[in-house]
Amino acid sequence: MDTQFAQRRRRELITAACLAVLAALVPLFVKDVYVQNMMVLTLMYAALSQSWNILSGYCGQISLGHALYFGLGAYTTALLFMKFGVLPWFGMLAGGVISALIAMALGYPCFRLRGHYFVIATIVIAEIGLLLFHNWDWAGAALGIDIPVRGDSWLKFQFTRSKLPYFYFALVLACIAWFVTWWLEDSKWGYWWRAVKDNPEAAESLGVVVFNSKMGAAAVSAFLVAVGGSFYAQFVSYIDPESVMGFQFSLLMALPAVLGGIGTLWGPILGAVILIPLTELTRSYIGGSGRGVDLIVYGSLIVLISLARPQGLVSLFSRRKRAAK
Amino acid sequence: MLTAETIIQSLASGLLMGLLYGLIAVGLALIFGLMDVVNFAHGEFLMISMYATFFLFAFFAIDPLLSAPLVAAALFVFGAVVYLLIVRFAVRAKANAGMVQIFSTFGLAIVMRGLAQFFFTPDYRSVTNSWLGGKTVSVGGIFLPEPQLVGALVSIAAFVALYFFINRTDFGRALEATREDAGAVALVGIDKNRVFAVGWGLGAALVGLSGAIMAIFFYVYPDVGASFALIAYVTVALGGFGSVFGAFAGGIIVGLVEAVTALVLPPSLKSVGIYAVYLLVVFIRPRGLFGSM
Amino acid sequence: MTALLETRSVWQRFGGLVANSDVSISVERGEIVGLIGPNGAGKSTLFNLIAGVARPTQGSIWFDGEDVTGLPAAERCRRGIGRTFQVVKSFETMSVIDNVIVGALVRTTVMREARRKAHEVLEFTGLAGRADVLAGELVPAEKRRLEVARALATEPKLLLLDEVLTGLTPSEAQKGVELVRKVRQTGVTVLMVEHVMEIVMPLVDRAIVLDLGKVLAEGKPSDVVRDPKVITAYLGDRHAVGT
Repeated sequence: MDTQFAQRRRRELITAACLAVLAALVPLFVKDVYVQNMMVLTLMYAALSQSWNILSGYCGQISLGHALYFGLGAYTTALLFMKFGVLPWFGMLAGGVISALIAMALGYPCFRLRGHYFVIATIVIAEIGLLLFHNWDWAGAALGIDIPVRGDSWLKFQFTRSKLPYFYFALVLACIAWFVTWWLEDSKWGYWWRAVKDNPEAAESLGVVVFNSKMGAAAVSAFLVAVGGSFYAQFVSYIDPESVMGFQFSLLMALPAVLGGIGTLWGPILGAVILIPLTELTRSYIGGSGRGVDLIVYGSLIVLISLARPQGLVSLFSRRKRAAK
Repeated sequence: MLTAETIIQSLASGLLMGLLYGLIAVGLALIFGLMDVVNFAHGEFLMISMYATFFLFAFFAIDPLLSAPLVAAALFVFGAVVYLLIVRFAVRAKANAGMVQIFSTFGLAIVMRGLAQFFFTPDYRSVTNSWLGGKTVSVGGIFLPEPQLVGALVSIAAFVALYFFINRTDFGRALEATREDAGAVALVGIDKNRVFAVGWGLGAALVGLSGAIMAIFFYVYPDVGASFALIAYVTVALGGFGSVFGAFAGGIIVGLVEAVTALVLPPSLKSVGIYAVYLLVVFIRPRGLFGSM
Repeated sequence: MTALLETRSVWQRFGGLVANSDVSISVERGEIVGLIGPNGAGKSTLFNLIAGVARPTQGSIWFDGEDVTGLPAAERCRRGIGRTFQVVKSFETMSVIDNVIVGALVRTTVMREARRKAHEVLEFTGLAGRADVLAGELVPAEKRRLEVARALATEPKLLLLDEVLTGLTPSEAQKGVELVRKVRQTGVTVLMVEHVMEIVMPLVDRAIVLDLGKVLAEGKPSDVVRDPKVITAYLGDRHAVGT
């Protein structure tokens, strides 16, 4: 009973730790810069999708506007560094806090909306953000920001000679996002969120303050996504509105979770590990004239998974496990 | 310069564009009203309609005005097929129903965009030297682009036709009955799937019609659907999802708001007005202007 | 000592329709009270007013000596009003135990404590064997039971039961009756809405009959069923619904 539950929790933690250690060892064997780059992106999207999953998967408020928080994180870090010389580490924190505050400010009116009205509001708000940054001269407007290179250092979180530091940071980020989810899953918030997703009215009758639950999920989710955005800005060292706040990020954050299993602990990671290398590889192998093949591949994957296995790919594992017992 | 003339000029073109937005959006509203599903590939339906129009013009020199019915017919078939192959299964989902509905059509949109890039390349194309392209008429000193003018007339005609179709024909009544109570109509012997398939066909055909007209004066490229789709969602949501005539009114509002925004803000921000109006409306009336649910 | 629950001249209007007019009822501590009446009598409306789903147009609702009229449902739950839903609203994608934990979390935020409480309640309601099943996979009678279990986990002073016995087979209904008695023995006051009189009359200490939004009769079940006004109301209802 109880011990069984505690055992499962501990097993999850140990599995995650083992996976993290394994992932950390990979660069010892894989020296190819292209592959390392792909691994960085995979880990970043795993982290982003895990964070998106908190609001959209656990709490059931499907957002297609999380690019806003990604972009805010990226811009906050880059602008603070460029204009005021604030170290990216503080920029990261600031970006996260700003995004969380904005998510709550936006959530205040938005969480009254239901279903498609909510989804469209999230798209529209992110789009407004994108347009505003396009026209905001101080923030570089459409030209964007070239983050000044000040030499390799952990302090300034800049590395020009090797991708490895980025890789390890992305790994830590993915671990944090996973751990936060794991930790919240067995907390008051985790239960509240799932209750709100399944049946808000019943949740309310059991003392769950539905509105606060959504606000909490939005804040945590936005904070983590913004940290991801900060990281991305340092990683690519050049940002413009489209490249950090475009709609494609909202989508790319959602898809790993959808593929792997929305509202599950392992879904986003599993989804990212499949989806990101797949798109990167199709893009580079077919390349050139074949532009669009990556879209075809992952678009079809999303249609198939939605229709055939809405619980996501993780459900394949859990079923096998149950059968093995 | 904000003179009375420029204001009237932009309101007039805003109105024309608005009628077209209404036509683009009405298919979405029709489908949503029928079965509570939002087609997130709506913009890509528009995109393939524009490509179809473009290729009919480029290869067979068929003017968009003539190919419009052809494109609409082709889209009718396409819409029905999408329903039968994808949506029919998506609405049956037990687990994560909301997610499935959104991402099954979203996935389709991504695939369609990928296919367009693959086969047509990301290049911008345009229909040049069509009958109406680039021409304007002057009405009392106001210049109206002919393609938009004809588009607006087509839109009005389509809405009138739709009104009669829904209210005066047997199938229209079956459609109306199904949207009210899909369970009950099964008892009267109406095949729900057939009604839904035709509903999707009809919705897509209306997009086809608007795509043919859009192709006269707008560039055709794989991502063209995205921005119009967002406008269509806003239009439909403003009108109250599912209300066909709400879409008509919503389209006009969107067109006018866009025109007014373009007068006071830099052109690149013209969509901000539309989005802001959407948010304002749903924050005050969470079900849209004409939403009754 | 004041009554546990009191509605003071409660009115509820929906447009021109008056669903509750001048309803004043009270429930004493430790009682099982049945709120009955024909269809459309305003039972559900009153029930929702007490649970905090809606606010009355006029009048006030007092719980445990305090005015709770303006409080939202979640806050009322915290004060000790638990409820079930007539149309069951389980958290379908969560396991049975997790459903109950949601309720237990009103009283504690220590997960181990909430889990222990949830197991205890499942034991009490006879669902212990189904703890790890998804709520969506339960049969209807079990779902009803889960509604009760979830509400009990919030440690209510007053438990509102909305037609928990309707639509069950006789043996299931009998088990339900036993469960309600057991609940009362733990010191919880029960207010139950039922449409069908036969089921509840043997169970309740007191019955309140609503008709056309007003209190029609009140008293011991045996007296109430003989009240000519009540009989007419129910006959009228039967006539109207054609049974």
